[in-house]
Amino acid sequence: MIRALHRWPGLLALVLVTILALSGAALSVFPMAERLAAPQPVAGQSVADLAARVAAVHPGLEEIRRTPSGTITAWWFVGGTPGSAVIDPATGADDGSADPNGVERWLTTLHRSLFLDDGGRLIMAAGAAAMLVLALSGAALVARRAGGWRHWFARLRGPQPGRLHVELARVAALGLTLSATTALWMTASTFDLLPDGAQHPADPVAVSGQMAFPLERMTALQDVPVSSLRKFSFPYAGDAQDVFTLSTDAGTGQIDQGTGVLLSWAELTPWQRVSETIYMLHTGQGAAVLGLILGLITLSVPVMGVTGALIWIAGRRGRPDLRNNAPAGRAETVILVGSEGGSTWGFAATLAQALREGGQAVHVAPMSAFDPASHPRAERVLILAATYGEGDAPASARGFLDRLARLPTAPAAPLAILGFGDRSFPAFCAFAAEAEAAARAKGWAALLPMDTVDRQSPQDFARWGRALGDALGLPLDLNHRPARPAADSLTLVSRRDYGAEVQSPTAILRFALPKATVWARLTGGGIAGFRAGDLLGILPEGAAVPRFYSLASGSRDGFVEIVVKKHPGGLCSGQLLALEPGEAVRAVLRRNPGFHAGRGRAPLILIGAGTGIGPLAGIIRANARRRPVHLFFGMRHPDSDFLYGDDLAKWQAEGRLTRLSTAISRGVRPHYVQDALRAEAAEVAKAIRSGAKVMVCGGRDMAQGVAWALDDILAPMGLTPATLKAGGRYVEDVY
Amino acid sequence: MKSLLATLALTTALTVPGLAMARPVTLTTSLNTYGGGGAYLALYVTDASGAYVGSLWMAGGKSKYYEHLRGWYAATGGDPAQINGITGASVGAGRTLEITLDLADALFDAGYTLHIDAAVEDMRDSPNEVAVPLTAAGAGAPVQGRRYIASFVYQ
Repeated sequence: MIRALHRWPGLLALVLVTILALSGAALSVFPMAERLAAPQPVAGQSVADLAARVAAVHPGLEEIRRTPSGTITAWWFVGGTPGSAVIDPATGADDGSADPNGVERWLTTLHRSLFLDDGGRLIMAAGAAAMLVLALSGAALVARRAGGWRHWFARLRGPQPGRLHVELARVAALGLTLSATTALWMTASTFDLLPDGAQHPADPVAVSGQMAFPLERMTALQDVPVSSLRKFSFPYAGDAQDVFTLSTDAGTGQIDQGTGVLLSWAELTPWQRVSETIYMLHTGQGAAVLGLILGLITLSVPVMGVTGALIWIAGRRGRPDLRNNAPAGRAETVILVGSEGGSTWGFAATLAQALREGGQAVHVAPMSAFDPASHPRAERVLILAATYGEGDAPASARGFLDRLARLPTAPAAPLAILGFGDRSFPAFCAFAAEAEAAARAKGWAALLPMDTVDRQSPQDFARWGRALGDALGLPLDLNHRPARPAADSLTLVSRRDYGAEVQSPTAILRFALPKATVWARLTGGGIAGFRAGDLLGILPEGAAVPRFYSLASGSRDGFVEIVVKKHPGGLCSGQLLALEPGEAVRAVLRRNPGFHAGRGRAPLILIGAGTGIGPLAGIIRANARRRPVHLFFGMRHPDSDFLYGDDLAKWQAEGRLTRLSTAISRGVRPHYVQDALRAEAAEVAKAIRSGAKVMVCGGRDMAQGVAWALDDILAPMGLTPATLKAGGRYVEDVY
Repeated sequence: MKSLLATLALTTALTVPGLAMARPVTLTTSLNTYGGGGAYLALYVTDASGAYVGSLWMAGGKSKYYEHLRGWYAATGGDPAQINGITGASVGAGRTLEITLDLADALFDAGYTLHIDAAVEDMRDSPNEVAVPLTAAGAGAPVQGRRYIASFVYQ
């Protein structure tokens, strides 16, 4: 709901809001320029003194005005011709032209009305309203993404352009809310919708009928400081019945020209004061520094517009076209999807289609949008959930468990959960199981016991479909063919072979970087804009599901590199190791922001064994800023599988790698990487104390061994791998 | 239609006998290029004693700015009924406002004065920008305004 409230005003008003933002940012410069250019004020000067000085220099003086920025302007009429100038208050003499700035006026008219007068004002007001909706809904989305308002400035994960969008948003949201709200107030004031009209002092009952009382001796002016002056108007020349009119920041009064006495006075109303404050906040007139800050903030709007549109496009691409999706309010069956890479959405679409053919009204939504109140007519809820990493919620299911926990009572419609995963991982369907446990604990009735689908198996899915059909009394034939992801062709450029001597053929495969279109680069499609640690899915011949390898290069390196070990009977590794330069494979990119080195200067402790060296080598290669890096690398034998051996020496000489510790597992005294870690315990502890991030890549057993070793090393410091993990300082890429 | 309404507006304010006799008069107001936004103009008539008689035209639609037309505002207190039906858009710098009204014969050569107050955003208010006696002889003779009006003529 909030997302829709954010998306549609954003897309519809993109152009309008961009014009508003750019013209507003340009206008924000003028108050400061004016303040800097204005003649020096005279400390403690009274309006009486100023008026006398100006009148002495300019006979026929008609009006003196002071802008909130401090510029004093005088108008006079002498010998049948009008004159005006900016005034130096110290002397009363001219100090420049009073003609309005043409550029500023042009920008102002564009900003407030697009040169379309009242119609334009309404259009721009709609733009400001869109900006306000965007700022508020955006703030709610940022808070939701960060896990609450208290975590407003929490560290961000995830790919560009989403990160840039949020980074800008959390700085800009407050300023944009202020600018948009004040804009709407000013529009309402312009259209007389607010009771903030001027109060006029009562016309004097009688004036003295005298004229030409000396200005400098007028009591009504002597106590009024110039800093509070707005406007001082002179009576018509020769009209003894007319009066002086004085406007200050407190109100407006009339002054007898024959006695210099205040005849009547009208205070500013509270409404007027509010409107004046709002005018100041919006324009920066009288608050030049705030104006500049708001202007600068406003420059983020076009960037957020473009990144927002790109996020929307990327989001559409990642999710199948949910045609015929019933509105939540009418749905009999609600399907909630927890998907990381998008494949679970495909299963959901197949399931929804089959149920629809059975006459059901089906609503499909991400698990993160779970809200039972939005589907009161639901008769059942089906959850299809993948798992991210070691049992975490996948992207489209973030916050689901919290939302479930917050419900006062379990939804009435019974629930069936289907987990998706890969049985070779210990955390197989762990998130689905957690959701199931949470639902049971809440007392949510079960439609079916939880079931699982291994490696996107169509058979598993069809079997669950039959069970579901039985429960519904509806023949349900789920025939899902996983869509082969849109893959790019990668051509092998070179290969370096290792490990033949230890009966473990391994190769570093380097592919040419495919030409990515600008569009693909911007929207995050295709194999472009990746970093070491992201995943490359290779689609082997004769299989529908890709096998994922950690990337050992970033797109800036100009090539795509992975490290592959041949698994006995392995379909994909077999095909890859048989590949010769010039031959090609089909591949897709999957981002893995959880396993990036990140920015910052804190030391890195990289731990890997075997092919796990791949992403770590890529991180070291990309370490142009010479961040301290300590690499622990476990191999079988230095003569056979010292992957990247020459490169590591070179990188160490260049300062990209600070320290290398190796562990050799074949030999008289087998030595594993966790042993190396313990041997360097003091060094490791020191680095962690100075904020080091630990990155582990390799097999499951190795990762377990490393975790134990780290447990021992961290214990004296009162830390555990879990606390480091929670702080994002201990990350694993385990297979 | 405009001229009919203008006549009505004026007649409601005027209690001059012999009003039945009226003639169409074209008022042409040309603004100079004063370098600002659109000007608000109030055209109104006072009698020989300087008392307000009625309004002829108001160029500018937002009543909150009428106070800047100081002469007109002082005379009418900003009463919207005075310009009901005879209000138009503000006039841009360098542009010309031309209005045709049926003015009573009795207004001419009887001491009546036609005033124009002008105001422009962020610029000097100019009450009595033009103050020209309504005479048969004066028709067709252009008058220069004080600040914003390059020429005003009625005929």
